[in-house]
Amino acid sequence: MTGRDVAIRAEGVSKRYRLGELSGGYELLSEAIMKRARSLGRRREPREDFWALQDIDFEVARGETFGIIGHNGAGKSTLLKVLSRVTPPTTGRIEVSGRVGALLEVGTGFNQELTGRENVYLNGAILGMGRAEIGRKFDEIVAFAEVERFIDTPVKRYSSGMYLRLAFAVAAHLEPEILIVDEVLSVGDLAFQEKCLGRMERVAGEGRTVLFVSHNLTAVQALCPRSMLLSRGRKIAEGPTPEVIGEYVSSVRTESASDLSGRLDRGGSGRFRFESIRFESSGEPIDMPVTGAPLEVVLSYATGDGRPVRSPTLAVTVYTILGALILNLESHTAGARLTELPPRGELRCRIPRLPLPAGRYAINVFGTAGSEVADWVQRAAELTVGEGDFYGSGQRSRTRPCSSSTTGSCAAPTRRPELWCSRSSHRRSTPRRTSTRRSTAWPRCGRRTSIS
Amino acid sequence: MGPLAAAYTTVTIAPPARWGGFGLRELWEARELLYFMTKRELQIRYKQSLFGVSWAVLQPLVYAFVFALFFGRLVNVPSDGFPYPIFALTALVPWIFVSQSVSQAAGSLVGDANLLGKVYFPRLVIPLAKVTSFLIDLVIALCVLGLFVALYGQSPSVGLLALPVFLLLGFVTALGAGTLLATLNVRYRDVTVAIPLLIQLWLFATPVIYPGSLISGAWQHVYALNPMVSVIDGVRWGLIGADAPALVDVAISAAAAIVLLVAGTAYFRRAERFFADII
Repeated sequence: MTGRDVAIRAEGVSKRYRLGELSGGYELLSEAIMKRARSLGRRREPREDFWALQDIDFEVARGETFGIIGHNGAGKSTLLKVLSRVTPPTTGRIEVSGRVGALLEVGTGFNQELTGRENVYLNGAILGMGRAEIGRKFDEIVAFAEVERFIDTPVKRYSSGMYLRLAFAVAAHLEPEILIVDEVLSVGDLAFQEKCLGRMERVAGEGRTVLFVSHNLTAVQALCPRSMLLSRGRKIAEGPTPEVIGEYVSSVRTESASDLSGRLDRGGSGRFRFESIRFESSGEPIDMPVTGAPLEVVLSYATGDGRPVRSPTLAVTVYTILGALILNLESHTAGARLTELPPRGELRCRIPRLPLPAGRYAINVFGTAGSEVADWVQRAAELTVGEGDFYGSGQRSRTRPCSSSTTGSCAAPTRRPELWCSRSSHRRSTPRRTSTRRSTAWPRCGRRTSIS
Repeated sequence: MGPLAAAYTTVTIAPPARWGGFGLRELWEARELLYFMTKRELQIRYKQSLFGVSWAVLQPLVYAFVFALFFGRLVNVPSDGFPYPIFALTALVPWIFVSQSVSQAAGSLVGDANLLGKVYFPRLVIPLAKVTSFLIDLVIALCVLGLFVALYGQSPSVGLLALPVFLLLGFVTALGAGTLLATLNVRYRDVTVAIPLLIQLWLFATPVIYPGSLISGAWQHVYALNPMVSVIDGVRWGLIGADAPALVDVAISAAAAIVLLVAGTAYFRRAERFFADII
């Protein structure tokens, strides 16, 4: 027994991937034999290692709600996989006391052909519930997912919302002693997310241990009194969540220009490709623009074949962390007529007064050449907007209690509405409304090319 | 019994030891998962299909018909004095069970790759569920087989009592070969391509089309290293009163099947911790 108070104790946990193994570890037998044969009588070639986790120590007390934050690729998912025993650590050890339930990705194990009812039982069993336990909770699960009428329909006929709701509902009723949650809150519509968060807070309130991983800093702040920050596989900070988030925000600043040239998850013909995206304000590179201040999104691009690009258009779209489109900045609707682009250069999208409230956003970039889609990168960059004075009134916004003063106590289950007031504030102050009245607030896409 | 009332069980997560046992207890605790996974297999196999479960019967019947036509009529393959169709059918029912189990189990881990990467549960459940799902098909096919035995006027022998033992031997063989190939398949995708070929070759090394009595003398013992030889001889002995297989040969077959199962699951257990990383 590790004592009553500690639910998870991790000591020196590291996880190494061999780089070959990252891109699909399987190989053809013939290749394996050839490799062995070639390396006969020779020293084995040193393989390139990638440490997804390095020397991670942490402790989570029983009943605590603990947050893990970090950029994409910081090692959060790997850590969760190790914790849920999907993959073993390379070194170190973790002692976990209590039944672990992991919501790593909702809908894992759902089968398209099976009905909702069959999937509830199957998925429940995969997640570690017994038959009797699922039977007992069945009605509650179905009611929670709001799919009563379709429970005997194959899930392939479900809308994606219904599918996600049912999948989350099963996982949410798992009732483990230690719950590991990874980004599940980014599913479904706002009302359903609210329900999910409520469910999680109830779990935390019942004295269970919750490990919560998210990009949604507001949610982490609201739910977790204590957090840990990962970066490149290492633990950078651990402590009270507001302090850890402070560290996180400052680490965002140091990585402002996002390199896009290595991104493979993109669409389009490749007539030209965006190579990097960065932000400027009044000619200065910045990391965190503020509401109401000028912002320029600078995209550098290059063509593959060195030919100029005829009649291009460009779009920069801004989404909330929840995936709702909030700004659509298109060069052609803004009236910027581009006739020809040189083979390499920079495109600038200027927003004279940023009509976004403080928060985190994702940016997609989209470029066409004539009628063909040339390049399309989703989540090309994350944009963190700081609080600012949009109207020039000298007044600070009052609609965001979570991020200012009440962080520590937000985690108490009774304070649930506070988390949501910030969400709804996003809604209420959607820039569309404020900015349509002020046409000057609309962006213009200009062009400044630098031949290189 | 709420989960919070239960005493906390402590699990230590550490780098894998060289050998961690067969994990039978854990497998036993996951028996309800096995039930649902088996059910899933059956549901998926027979949903939206016109003939549904009757496929379990149709397959051996069609094969028996074709074999009877070509090997029985045209080539005149001997059948130990039994009508060729019933001679073939008694072998085809266990053969199809084992061959389908093996080929489906071999692809099972790759097929459930998303599960392996996301949730922890005893991995052996996946190939095991494939094999048990075909066990249901086998039971259905056996019932129809009994009907045909009566139709052809054949009478079962005392060997019928030993039928479950021979079917168990088939189950062990299927599970052993299935887990072995499934594990290999995770690392080497050649297995997917090689399996139909392997199964074909295995068919010719098994007395399905021809009687086992063609192999004589000391070669019989070598022949019996293929566990399916005893499985089919045993089933024919029980159902249509063919000659009983020699005890030595059954022992050889059983030993071979057990070695296959132990080796297959041991290899599986050693490799399973890295499935999520390489699949």
